[in-house]
Amino acid sequence: MNWIAIGVTLKLAMLTALLLVVIGLPIAYWVSFSRWRWKFLVESVVALPLVLPPTVMGFYILVAIGPHSPFGRLYTDLVGHPLPFTFEGLLIASVLYSLPFAVQPFAAAFDQVDRRLIEASWTLGVSRAGTFFKLILPMSVAGVVTGFVLSFAHTLGEFGVVLMVGGNIEGVTRTVSIDIYDEVQALNYAGAAMTALFLLAVSYLILLSVYAMNRKMWAVWPQK
Amino acid sequence: MTVDIAKTFSSGFTVEARLTVELGPSTVLILFGPSGSGKTTLLRCLAGLERPDRGRIQFISRTWFDAEQAIHVPPQERKIGYMSQDYSLFPTYSVAGNIGFGLGGLTADEKQRRVAESLTLLKLQGLEQLTPSQLSGGQQQRVALARAIARHPQLLLLDEPLSALDTPTRLRLQGELRHLLKHLAIPSIVVTHDWGEALALGDQMAVIGAGRVLQVGTPQEVFNRPNGEEVARIVGIETALQGRVRESVEGLATVEVAGVILHALAGDEVGPDVFVCIRAEDVVLAHGSAGTTSARNQLRGSVVDISSMGALVKVGLDCGFPLSAIVTRSAVEDLHLSLGMPLTASIKAGAVHLVPRRDAAFTA
Repeated sequence: MNWIAIGVTLKLAMLTALLLVVIGLPIAYWVSFSRWRWKFLVESVVALPLVLPPTVMGFYILVAIGPHSPFGRLYTDLVGHPLPFTFEGLLIASVLYSLPFAVQPFAAAFDQVDRRLIEASWTLGVSRAGTFFKLILPMSVAGVVTGFVLSFAHTLGEFGVVLMVGGNIEGVTRTVSIDIYDEVQALNYAGAAMTALFLLAVSYLILLSVYAMNRKMWAVWPQK
Repeated sequence: MTVDIAKTFSSGFTVEARLTVELGPSTVLILFGPSGSGKTTLLRCLAGLERPDRGRIQFISRTWFDAEQAIHVPPQERKIGYMSQDYSLFPTYSVAGNIGFGLGGLTADEKQRRVAESLTLLKLQGLEQLTPSQLSGGQQQRVALARAIARHPQLLLLDEPLSALDTPTRLRLQGELRHLLKHLAIPSIVVTHDWGEALALGDQMAVIGAGRVLQVGTPQEVFNRPNGEEVARIVGIETALQGRVRESVEGLATVEVAGVILHALAGDEVGPDVFVCIRAEDVVLAHGSAGTTSARNQLRGSVVDISSMGALVKVGLDCGFPLSAIVTRSAVEDLHLSLGMPLTASIKAGAVHLVPRRDAAFTA
């Protein structure tokens, strides 16, 4: 079993999931509460990674962060090296690739919050931001945790985008799924089997916890 | 308060409300109308939750809304206490948490004092740590009220405050609410479709039908003298008189109205001061004495008014107090009704409704 690859993968998944909470909550809030008529345009963009082949996603991200794009040039000027085939580049790609796995559960949870409760909070003098943190977020805990765990689990298993953007650098961008692929290419089935089993077990445990938790949440708040 | 607003919904329904009322420190204004008449929309516009398409809302010296000047004061800044029909208690907070929810700007001590004050006013002591789902309907209603008044608002807006309760609880809380609204010295606007509630709670009443304010006056005025057929149809009660319960034995009350004794069925919560309400359809007219009938009330009177309402005729009588009766056109012909004619009006005790009246001390 390749512990270095497992370490890189867990670090990448954890940072991706944390970043997605920070980025995903405001996007989900907007998706859930905006009454803009063209809102579906943004919703569709957020959902794109669900249907695009990872190689297509990876290709566009590679071009977008590469040294020939304005963003890539700015990054290279500021940091001194280009983004592709670095951990940071891989992190950006993972965040974009797992975006719907965070935003959709968040937005679904916000949708469940009765608008009359939110209005009640406003009439009690609580600002929109205050209402979000005091009322909407506590009522959406299950959805936020679900989004966090799903984006973590999704990042654990990504392959195409990692290969396109991160490459295969031991200790930097070689994740578990790439490692398994390498082992199989080298006909080392035993090594691949060990790592694959590890990934399977971790993924199953994570999903187990999500489903168990959602069930518990429903039992506590059966009003929906 | 001056309101002159219009809002059209995508369904095509238009609310066009014009209303000027003097709201004294403990005035209760009733917005009365059938469901779908736009009274909740009007209340939501006052709360700032709904934005009218045009017009103005002025409260005391503040402009809450002015379409031309693009002023729309958000609900947070209107210093109101708003209570929706379903109470909207926060399920993730305790009773105390709900009441203290809007007191974020205060010091911890002051916040605790306000919560305790509201708990006491609404007799909720001991329930502080429960969650809303552990409360009965009546308790939830009281928590919602406690939450609305904890911030010491300038105006209370209550949307059907009692409609979600079962009848016995509703009658009990109606009395409590009446005392509370008078005691608080906060003007309030109460939406209801229940004429008993309107009479029991209101100082002023605005009748709303099809999105428009049709009549404004004291509840008694509006019930006794609707300004048109539409209002008469909406309020449904043609006679509402001040009376005093003389005695109440085994559910049958004896009430004095302008020197005349009436028999009525009495609920549990009826105090000495009541409104006596009679629907004009429930009044039966006869020549001379009606003889021995099952109707407990037989009143001698004379015809003072006959007005046509399509197939029906509304007959105004003077029985020592004004009484309206609605009869068919053929009944008018059979009785040869004419102005000044003496008649006997019969009313069953069950058709004489008693509504508790606000204590005389408070009305002054």
